[in-house]
This record gives sequence, structure tokens and C-alpha cells, in this order.
Amino acid sequence: MNLNDFLIPTGDVCRRPGPFDRIVLSSRVRLARNLQDTPFPGRANKSERQNLLKTLKPVIESLRSMKEGYSEELSKLKRLEKQILVERHLISRELASKSQGSAIVLSMDEIFCVMINEEDHLRMQAILPGLQIKEAWKSIDKLDTMLESKLPIAFSSHFGYLTACPTNVGTGIRVSAMLHLPGLVMAEHMQQTITAVNKLGLAVRGLYGEGTEALGNVFQVSNQMTLGESEIQIIERLNKVVLQIIDNEENARAKLLETKPKMVFNQIGRAYGILTNAHIISSKEAKNLLSLVRLGVDLGYFPDVDPAVVDELFIVTEPAHIQYGEARSKSPEERDILRSNLLLDRLSNMPRPVMKAPILPIEKIDPKDQETDEEKE
Amino acid sequence: MLCNVCKKNKATVHLTQMLEGEIKKMDMCESCAQNKGVDDPGISLVDLLVGLGPAASDALAGMPSGQKPSNCTTCGYTQVDFKKSGRLGCPDCYVTFENGLNQMLRSMHKGLKHSGKAPKNYRNTRELAARSKKLEKELQKAVDEERYEDAAVIRDSLKALAETLHGVEKAATASS
Repeated sequence: MNLNDFLIPTGDVCRRPGPFDRIVLSSRVRLARNLQDTPFPGRANKSERQNLLKTLKPVIESLRSMKEGYSEELSKLKRLEKQILVERHLISRELASKSQGSAIVLSMDEIFCVMINEEDHLRMQAILPGLQIKEAWKSIDKLDTMLESKLPIAFSSHFGYLTACPTNVGTGIRVSAMLHLPGLVMAEHMQQTITAVNKLGLAVRGLYGEGTEALGNVFQVSNQMTLGESEIQIIERLNKVVLQIIDNEENARAKLLETKPKMVFNQIGRAYGILTNAHIISSKEAKNLLSLVRLGVDLGYFPDVDPAVVDELFIVTEPAHIQYGEARSKSPEERDILRSNLLLDRLSNMPRPVMKAPILPIEKIDPKDQETDEEKE
Repeated sequence: MLCNVCKKNKATVHLTQMLEGEIKKMDMCESCAQNKGVDDPGISLVDLLVGLGPAASDALAGMPSGQKPSNCTTCGYTQVDFKKSGRLGCPDCYVTFENGLNQMLRSMHKGLKHSGKAPKNYRNTRELAARSKKLEKELQKAVDEERYEDAAVIRDSLKALAETLHGVEKAATASS
């Protein structure tokens, strides 16, 4: 099947609601698993990897969660298609760089994704919108349990699940939440936040994980340690930290509006102005400006604008998404022009922001957060 | 500034990362950075520190280095391979390189012993078999070197291991 026919339209993905989705874009739990008696993908030769793929792929495809899913070998995907999957956060950049002997199996709802022969034989993840770390763990735990009845998983009573890199050994779990934190960045509290989170043994990374820049004020918070603590302990801690960051972000936003409303209005107004008037715009600039517009939507300055419209633009302005559907390969400069056209087109019906002080966002926010709190319990 | 790795070329790639509240910095030249896969976002400083640096050498010092590097009996991986890539070769490498690994894991993780989920159908026969293989090798070495006291200790652990292995297999047959 064609990848693009399979993928859920970006707008629909962005419209999926989740708790605290004003700030938490998504929650992800990833497990690393390997087979006994088999060299890890980095050590295995090409034919070993291909044989392994032949064994693993049908087993993953047969899982109930993967029914009518998308399954393809990386060698059969075009570079652009791999990039699309990366931009949608469905596969890692590491998997995208692979070809022979690696594959992706994606569930129809795009919640589950299993990467075969990435750094480990299996990397399986569950992604859910908003803050749903525990739910994501429950989902992937179930899938993992089903799998272990079919495959001889490498496990030691001492070291737990054995992984290619010792940094993942034990639970093999990587729990992360993607957070939009323009308030903390604007208030210059981000460095402080990162330091505090690091002290708790958690990492703060950019939009695409390890070694990437925090474009568009989007940060990923994830666990570093995998051995010596149970999955539940790791998840509880991360959840607590994320709730605290959400609180800090809301406070930073409220404080900024109280002390420097004009600075905030100025940034949001200028962002809107540039996005709707630019003729050439890079994906980096677009993301940083879209972040401010999203903040404006959160604060109620763009009445009747669905935040999903802005969230979708975050994805569709990425290079591969701009290139996709174009007959001929475009240079970065040409993409910058196409990107500005797209933004102009999508935002043409969006009225200018209405920013009249005093606006008390906290009062507006509270009922929603209360609701989600109750839902969670 | 010179490259930390080859100590020859000018360092143009600078990597900074927070690890448990400590700032770790590395400066490398382009080709060393590429060799270490720094332009590949799949890598982290943890991996680099595992591969080289004084901390890593300390951690690896606990490995039975000696004159001959110890190979993993299953995949043939050597300590040098591990030092270079920061990745292990196969699941059994965890037994082969256990001594050195423990020290390294201590600096990386909360604890040294797994806590949490385990496969339902887990039978640790494989692991025990690998362990006993390793002990047999050590026993032979101790005998060759006429370290009879050590040999006796190893023989006892081997015996205990064989009993466990037997017990596990019995339990497995009984339950299936």
C-alpha cells in the first residue's frame, strides 16, 4: 500500500484530544527488546538481519493491534517517505537511515509503531495525544506481553531485558512527553527548568529527540535510567515532573501577562504578521512563529480558531511534507517559497489577534484543567 | 583547540550535554566526530563516554583484560569492539563482559539489578548455561595456573549453578 494513502490526514491526528493538550502535545512509551541467541542489529551481518526480519515481521503483523496496519521494509521506502515518517514522529532518524534488513510496522490508528532492526531487534512504541504516559505504558505493555509469548526474548534475571546499548538495559523503557513551553522560554526560565529536571535523572531534549534543537519552543522530557527501577516508578516520576512543568508554564504565562503584557502581545502580533505576509520562510522560522501563534490561541487572542489548525501547520511546513506532492525535487530556497504560500493559504481566513488587556488567562484555563484532572482519576 | 579523540586535528565539533546535573563537554574534529557518529542523532554523549575518556577506561579496567582480550563465546565480540562502539554484540555479551559492565552500569543507572517487568515464560536456563560455560573456562584457567583455592571456589559455584539449572529445567518440564 502507498504510505500516503495509509497515513491519517495530519489535521485529524492534530484534532485528537488529550488531557493537558494546551501544553502536552503527546506522550510516548518505547520498549527495546531483543531475541536470544541472535547478534544485535549492529553486530549482525546483512543476511542475518534479513533472516531475522523474515522471522519478526509476520509475528508483529499478526498482532491484534496491528490489524490492517502498515508494514514495509525500509529498503522499499523512498527517502522522502522515510522523512515524512520522521516528521510525524512515527519512526526515529536512526531507523530512517537504515535500508536492507529493517522494517516498520504501524497500526491503523498510528498509536503503535514497531521498528524492526533499529539499534535493537525490536523498538516498539505507543504514542497518545496529551498527557497520557500511563495509558501509553498500559497499551505497549499489553502488546509486549502478547509478543513475548511468541518470541524468545533476551532477558536476564540480573540485568533485565538485554539491549545493544547498556544505557537501555533493564526495563528497556524510554518514556517521554513532548511539551510546548513558550512561556518558560519567554520568561527565560527554561535553563533553570532543564537543570532541575536533569537533577532528577531525566533528560530534556529538542523536537526530534536526542541531539536536536528545541525548535518552536517544543521540548521532550524523558527518562535516562532504565536499570534498577521498575517501569511504574519511572513513569510515576516522569508524570509528576511533567505535571510540575505544566504548572510552571501556566504560571510563567500568567506572570508575563501581568508584568509585561505588551511584550507578549508584540511577539504574538508580529508572529501573526510575518506568517501571513512572508514570501520566503524557513521551516525553523515558521516553527518559532507558529509557536507564538499557538500561544495566542491558548490565551484566547484568536477567538474561534481551533488550535489543531496551528498544530497541523507545525507538521505540514516541515521540509518533506512541503516536498511531498511536488512533481520535481525542490531546493531549500524553493521550499521556503512554497512554505510561505501554504501558510498564507491556511491562515488567510484567520482574523488578526484581538489582544486587549486585561485578559486573565488563568480564570479561563482553570475549568478545563479541572475537568481533565477529574477525567484522570 | 585540538580534537579530544585523535589529538591531531583542530576541533570543530563541540558537544555539550547534561548528565545527571553535570555538564560534560567533548571537542572533536570533523572526521573523528563522523567516526563517532555525532552527526547521527541516534548518538548521545553517554555513548561516547562509554567508548573512550578516562571514566570509561576506569569502568573497563574491571574487565579481565590481561594479555588476550576476552571474546564473547556466542558472537565473538571483543572488549575492544565494545570500547569502540559503546554497543554490545549480542545478549550473551552481558555475561561475557559482566565484571566491567557492572562498574559502567553503576554510573549510568539507578541500580545494578533489574526491577520491573519480566517475560512470563521466562526460563533462565540460557543465562545459567552461559554462566556455567564462563565458569568452566575460569576453572580451567585456575587449574592451569595452579591456583587451587580459587579453583575450588569456582568448582563450588559451578556445582550450585548446575543444580539450579537442573531445577529450572525440571520445573519447566513439569509446567509444560
